[in-house]
Amino acid sequence: MALLLDLMTAVFLLLGSLIGLTGGIGVHRLPDFFTRLHACGLTDSACAFLVLTGLMLQSGWSLVSLKLIFILIFLLVTSPTASHALAKTALGCGERPLSQRGTED
Amino acid sequence: MTLAGHYNYWVAIFLMMTGFYVVISRGNLIKKLIGLNLFTTSVFILYISLGKVTGGTAPIAAPGVTLYSNPLPHVLILTAIVVGVATTAVGLALVVRIHESYGTIEEDEIRLRDESL
Amino acid sequence: MELLIDIVLLTFLAITALAISHVRKLFCAIMLASIFSLLCACLFVTMDAVDVAFTEAAVGTGIAGILMLGALRLTETREKRPPHQPWLALLVVCTTGAVLIYGTADLPAYGDPAAPIHQHVAPRYISQSQQEVGPPNFVTSVLASYRGFDTLGETLVIFTAGVSVVALLGFRSLRQFLRNRRRPSVMADHLVLRIVAKMFIPLILLFALYVQFHGDYGPGGGFQAGVIFASALILYTLTYGLAKALQVLPPRILYLLAAGGVLLYGGTGWLCVLRGGHFLDYRALASDPLVGQHLGILLIEAGVGMTVFAVMVLMFFAFSSRKEPQS
Repeated sequence: MALLLDLMTAVFLLLGSLIGLTGGIGVHRLPDFFTRLHACGLTDSACAFLVLTGLMLQSGWSLVSLKLIFILIFLLVTSPTASHALAKTALGCGERPLSQRGTED
Repeated sequence: MTLAGHYNYWVAIFLMMTGFYVVISRGNLIKKLIGLNLFTTSVFILYISLGKVTGGTAPIAAPGVTLYSNPLPHVLILTAIVVGVATTAVGLALVVRIHESYGTIEEDEIRLRDESL
Repeated sequence: MELLIDIVLLTFLAITALAISHVRKLFCAIMLASIFSLLCACLFVTMDAVDVAFTEAAVGTGIAGILMLGALRLTETREKRPPHQPWLALLVVCTTGAVLIYGTADLPAYGDPAAPIHQHVAPRYISQSQQEVGPPNFVTSVLASYRGFDTLGETLVIFTAGVSVVALLGFRSLRQFLRNRRRPSVMADHLVLRIVAKMFIPLILLFALYVQFHGDYGPGGGFQAGVIFASALILYTLTYGLAKALQVLPPRILYLLAAGGVLLYGGTGWLCVLRGGHFLDYRALASDPLVGQHLGILLIEAGVGMTVFAVMVLMFFAFSSRKEPQS
């Protein structure tokens, strides 16, 4: 049982780190502001969820897991809000997505 | 003097020197303040590295733990962090007032304006 | 394994520092400085300094970044090319660095338990603090009781900084803001942001209260709690506008809180003298010394929390109410 938990923790943490790395590469390489915003939103939600779930599996049913659940809920609510606020402000300042740039001028 | 034994100190000194370089070589006042912040934060790293004990835990009493890291550097650095941000805030207020008086925050332009008075 | 995490974090720190010195857009430099503080907080956790990590994350990342952005809004956002060649600066920096590295040859190896720093007062603090002072968190007992005088000085420094910033920048009065009531707040159409902020501000305040009182048993205490309180109010100001925030918490109440916190701290010290002990000797506050210590630490942490909260909010209000340059 402990071995299964350890294995699942390792899988979750590894997946989370891979997604984080992908998000980081995306922020660097993607061509447009909105695509980059999507990449870092991926990091905020998927990577955080996987890493925190892996940690929760390690600490079992304890106060630490409850605190990690609170942190997870907080991150899952505030990170998309931040991405939304960034995107809305960018649209308000005249930034247009790549796909719409040719059509209007 | 091994690599593993002293790597922390050398990187902290490198960071200190980077902050120092930003303070003395850049003319923009806000950039100087950012460099000063860099300098102070790397001094904290040096100090906290001195207090770590291998095999110890955080200095909070827990049942079954015998070896703790030294709490004294932590206390001193807690004070230093807050004093550092207070200094940065006063520095930034001064930069805002300088900008309102001189119209610029570049050091050489300020000196030119002062000398032409 | 811990050494590997250490080495990776320190390398990231070095790269961030080089990036800060290279970028010329000041907004990017400020964001990189906040990233630097967050990486330092991670490093402090690996070095077992959890209280310090908490404070660095709250103060260095949050408050310092916000204040720098506030100053940036009032001044320019791009740095001009440096006017002179960097060779002399590089020479000075390399010489100083070389001398310092030569000096670290005498330092004990990282993590050595037999280092001189662990031989004098620290063993007494670790072994005696639970019997003499009480809280399981040695950092709180050293900060509040054994070295309480230093913490009084630190609170006074924060108060002085608040006074200086208010003296330098001042406030536009609430009446001047309410004259522009017809103009809608900048964030009026950010509905998602306003609702999420409305949901979370009470939770942030509750968490700050938890941190304030839990500082005896885990990482926390007055400074961190004061900063988290201030960040809740700063979130409110950013989403609902400065006029509303000035109505919620007018500056005169903040002045009272800031001065009241320092007065509470000093007053606790004087109360100890009046009851027959030394200044800030909390054993005199109650018949049982441990109860006295607990009461004393509670009072001074409350004082510190009040002052830090009021000063951080005052500084933010001062920066955001300053008129923008008319260019």
